[in-house]
Amino acid sequence: MKVSITNRKRSEFKEELLPRIKEIKFSFNRFKKSPLSLMGLTLIIFFLGIAIFAPQLAPPKYPHNPYRIPRDGYSAIPRPPSPEHPFGTTEGQYDIYYGVIWGTRTAFRVGLTVVGSILVIGIILGSISGYYGGVVDEVIMRIVDTFMSLPTLVLAMALVSALGRSLDNVMKALIIVGWPSYARLVRGDILSVREEDYVEAARAVGCSNLRIIFRHVLPNAIYPLLIMASLDIGAMVLTAAALSFLGLGAPVGYADWGQMTSFARNWIVGPPDNPLAYWYTITIPGLFILFFVLGWNLLGDAFRDILDPRLRRR
Amino acid sequence: MKSYIIRRVLLVIPVLFGVSIIIFAILSLFSPEQRAATFITDVRQLRDIQGVIRKHHLDAPIYMQYFSWIKEVLKGNLGWSKTASRPVLEAFFYFLPNTVELSLFSAPFIILIGIYLGSTAAVHQDKSVDHITRAIAIIGWSLPTFWFGLLLLMIFYGYFKGLFPPESLGLNSSLYVNSKDFMRFTRINTIDALLNREWWIFVDALRHLVLPVITLTVVQCALVMRIMRSSMLEVLGRGYVITARAKGADEKTVIKKHVRRNAMIPVITVSGYLFAGLMNGVVITETIFNRKGLGWWWWRAAVQLDIPAILGAVLFNGVLFVLTNLVIDLLYAYIDPRIRLG
Repeated sequence: MKVSITNRKRSEFKEELLPRIKEIKFSFNRFKKSPLSLMGLTLIIFFLGIAIFAPQLAPPKYPHNPYRIPRDGYSAIPRPPSPEHPFGTTEGQYDIYYGVIWGTRTAFRVGLTVVGSILVIGIILGSISGYYGGVVDEVIMRIVDTFMSLPTLVLAMALVSALGRSLDNVMKALIIVGWPSYARLVRGDILSVREEDYVEAARAVGCSNLRIIFRHVLPNAIYPLLIMASLDIGAMVLTAAALSFLGLGAPVGYADWGQMTSFARNWIVGPPDNPLAYWYTITIPGLFILFFVLGWNLLGDAFRDILDPRLRRR
Repeated sequence: MKSYIIRRVLLVIPVLFGVSIIIFAILSLFSPEQRAATFITDVRQLRDIQGVIRKHHLDAPIYMQYFSWIKEVLKGNLGWSKTASRPVLEAFFYFLPNTVELSLFSAPFIILIGIYLGSTAAVHQDKSVDHITRAIAIIGWSLPTFWFGLLLLMIFYGYFKGLFPPESLGLNSSLYVNSKDFMRFTRINTIDALLNREWWIFVDALRHLVLPVITLTVVQCALVMRIMRSSMLEVLGRGYVITARAKGADEKTVIKKHVRRNAMIPVITVSGYLFAGLMNGVVITETIFNRKGLGWWWWRAAVQLDIPAILGAVLFNGVLFVLTNLVIDLLYAYIDPRIRLG
């Protein structure tokens, strides 16, 4: 008796899974055909490699605090690339190579933490709002409206200055600023799916609300969320870098791309006979930010083309 | 239509209330001691910080503080900004012209270039023009504003020996502008220079505007471009476009009259976001180019913990954004017959 139940369940499970596998295969094939999305994936894998092998690529000088960029002297004037410092040193003799390598870890940490948190918060609040409706919905949506009526950077700036300057507080501020758009998206999806027949059927069978939300509503609303999350990892890293650049994020000497760009501010113009003398101080950290964000944006764009049913079968 | 307008206008109230709550929440994140610092004008007061806190009721229950704070705000008293050395409201009008000038010069480029490139890409979907414009859009979207601005400075200020300098005016012209011979009408440099018929000042102001405008445009253009493209694609598949073609209208007319016009509606809806993006961009752009406008002031305020100015910044953005969205929604209702008649 027992065996037959599990067997039945297994075949049911398989039946349920088959179309999903087919879907993933189809998406993967589409993905392979698009050069831009492959480029995005390559960039992300490249940066992932740098982040994982950071200790090998740039052995830390202070093992207890590897994010501290080692200094070679205290002179303010940057020094050009040399065998000792492959990308040169920036103001205060901070090693640029070390900074950008470990800065990759910082970027991943900021992007994944922030977007992961706002995904969770957004899904929970959006589901509650969309599924229960009524007063709860009204209150949550007015809060969302309020947050969305403030420019991200200005609000984040105010929050960081109130919380105190640090990378952790930058992440907190970005989470506070970022969740509303996810809540709104999830709510809209739930509202449109709620009246579908299959949800009605699930309810008639006696599924709990939680089960309906997680098994029937969210899987059908997950793709727009994925697209947005991918684009947002880039956007959040960009905003965090901007805050660090403005002197509101990572402390001086911390391996963070935005913070390293701010060192370069005083060195954009070299001596009169060689105006581009200090090009490396600004170009290198900036290119790392650009390609990291570009990678996520390409990936998000590819997801959009592949997963959006209105676009993909054309 | 009337009931829609009333409903939409009433919706402004809870959002503005929410903005005030957010601002107050930020305020209460600061410790009472930090907040007491804004009331200290004399070194002798430092001996009795607890007294200052008690005097201004900074230790009162939170809702009491909220009511006394909102009373002051409604009276127009936003406090004293130490970074601007004037009251917040006055400082706001002092810094506004520079920011308005920057936005006034960037917005047309952002909108026109965005619409043009977006619609061209859509018309030639999946051809090389489309791929190139999309690539440009994605790169523009991924560009760190602060880095791009610095690169431009490095090339056009450093390499080309001061061709396009930072700040908003050169030394000579700023001396002249602030002298008695120069009438200040709007306090926007380019417009005042034109009204005073001082061409050299106008040219100087323009030279200082080129790089910030490029920085803002390149980064912000991508949003308009992307929305215009997808909305054009959607309209191109509509029935009335097929009808127009079937009736023998030439492709140019179809695109111009039937497609582009209708595709512009979503662009209007997102122009609220465009405004927010512009404000974000202004903070960074003005900071890099050292243009003394609102963004520059807010940056100084955030770095130097000028609490009244920080709160003023959030308030200003909240109010302006809410009003922009209101205008956009009403405009939208006016343009779109489905809402106007529904």
